[in-house]
Amino acid sequence: MSTDGTGFIELDGVEKVFDVRRKAGLLRREKHQVRAVDGISFRVPRGEMVGYIGPNGAGKSTTIKMLTGILTPSGGRLRVAGIDPSRERTRLAQRIGVVFGQRTTLWWDLPLIDSYRLMHRMYRVPDARFRVNLERCVELLDLAELLDVPVRQLSLGQRMRGDIAAALLHDPEVLYLDEPTIGLDVISKAKVREFLRDLNAERGTTVLLTTHDLTDIEQLCKRVMVIDHGRLLYDGGLAGLHEVGESERTLVVDLERELPPIEVPGARAVRVEGPRQWLAFPAAESAAPLVARIAAEYPLVDLSVREPDIEAVIAKMYADRSAV
Amino acid sequence: MAEEAITEASVEASGEASVEASVEARAEGVPAAEAWIPRVSRRAALRDGLRAYGLIVGMWMRSTMAYRASFVMTAFGNFAATAFDFVAILLMFAHVDALGGYSLPEVAFLYGTSATAFGLSDLALGSMDRLGRRVRDGTLDTLLLRPVPVLAQVAADRFALRRLGRIAQGLLVLGYALLTVDIDWTVTRALMLPMMVLSGAAIFSAVFVAGAAFQFWAQDASEVQNSFTYGGTTLLQYPPTLFAKDLVRGVTFVVPLAFVNWIPALYVLGREDPLGLPDLAAFLPPLVAVVCCALAGVAWRAGLRAYRSTGS
Repeated sequence: MSTDGTGFIELDGVEKVFDVRRKAGLLRREKHQVRAVDGISFRVPRGEMVGYIGPNGAGKSTTIKMLTGILTPSGGRLRVAGIDPSRERTRLAQRIGVVFGQRTTLWWDLPLIDSYRLMHRMYRVPDARFRVNLERCVELLDLAELLDVPVRQLSLGQRMRGDIAAALLHDPEVLYLDEPTIGLDVISKAKVREFLRDLNAERGTTVLLTTHDLTDIEQLCKRVMVIDHGRLLYDGGLAGLHEVGESERTLVVDLERELPPIEVPGARAVRVEGPRQWLAFPAAESAAPLVARIAAEYPLVDLSVREPDIEAVIAKMYADRSAV
Repeated sequence: MAEEAITEASVEASGEASVEASVEARAEGVPAAEAWIPRVSRRAALRDGLRAYGLIVGMWMRSTMAYRASFVMTAFGNFAATAFDFVAILLMFAHVDALGGYSLPEVAFLYGTSATAFGLSDLALGSMDRLGRRVRDGTLDTLLLRPVPVLAQVAADRFALRRLGRIAQGLLVLGYALLTVDIDWTVTRALMLPMMVLSGAAIFSAVFVAGAAFQFWAQDASEVQNSFTYGGTTLLQYPPTLFAKDLVRGVTFVVPLAFVNWIPALYVLGREDPLGLPDLAAFLPPLVAVVCCALAGVAWRAGLRAYRSTGS
């Protein structure tokens, strides 16, 4: 059997190598290989919601394209719901939903409802099922007034909601979202996130999400995978990311007057602005001894501790990685 | 007529679409242990492709018909623009009695058969030259996400009903030719007429598909395709005796457009073939059409496979 029960999505040493030709002179071309995905392995159980993040060109979209069967992997083994996507693309298509933030899967010149009707027939969704799903999406994604509007006239946020609905009309077991909140305003983002959370909770739809917006991950995903240069750098809980990234917390100290940078063991002053100073210390350490020490030696007025933000953690991770 | 054209057209379109799914299934080396995975059969894929083509075309037709006046105007525009080709021929005949030894009714016969055959395939597959753009801007990916053959989706995309104008124009000229031309009618010759129009449409369709397949590698190649399709039909509207022998050889043996109308029409008109081919050649168009469609299908599959391994 191709499924072992643990993974709904399974990747074992998946690779994707592209031949890139570059102009080198008038007619001569240099050929070299780019390893867009370089031996990635992970498993996603049914019903999980996973964030897949990394900088531009890290291999996120290439992975998604292999998971949908658009691209054929160069090596490794890949299964979604027990199906090899590149070999049985059309069969898999019935069971997955895909949303590309950058481009629409809707018919650009036609009213939204026409796209949905066509999907209904293309995916052979039973009539009753289609009605229920459409009603639900229209209600939760606020589409009622947009159904008769040609897709090209929709705003980015409206179009994105339209696209999410389109990806769900055939009850997919897994939903891939490639940058679903890119370019959306705060309210649209919140609406999309809330919808995805409910979908995952109520229907148990497996969700794999790539994003640049770490708030998406913080609000939606317990598990996060970080990819860079085609390799998986991290796979685990959101909290664990801080430890791996050797992140630091910041102690903000207000003194009575301007003083030279505070010198205490286990922390270093990173910024001084008049009587206020910022001290960085390892996130894994307790702040208490540090605070006691400073209070004993310096004229302390006030202090606060700032948690590291995940963006900085990941930036540090990338930096460490490329420094090696 | 419209109805007929569409059904006929969709048959061709998915005739080629059919092969895609089954071949994709064995695109890569298949490990023996997993060979149990059921394959989509050729026939099922053909049915799926046809059905999808019909669905998408239906949607575009409904959408077109929502603006009836606009449709009538664009269809008339299409009719008028293509009819200018025949007006040019009429102008020539105002000064000469024969063109390459052919009378006006005979040229009209060549023109009508070529224009009608081409019109049918243009209606069915005329949107395929957009493939290069889809590859370039990445929108082809969205077609690969759907559970229906890509060829059917590309072929049906932006189905332009206004292209009925070209067919109407071709049929009109063909009607004029049949009323005026001096043919020694036999049953064989009469049957030859629908045979050559349908086979011709299939040959042009194969050129459309092969040209689109070529765009998987060369995204800006739609002009190359156009020179064979739109250029080809213009060529075929004139008697073969007007052109250099090498060109006639080229469109007979390399890109077999001569089988659309020249070769069978010469038989119907009772004329000698300039290349000295036997009469038997006049009966080959259906066979040539089948071979062309098969080759176009192979090219399409290879193109799609290349796209899916390079993603560009």
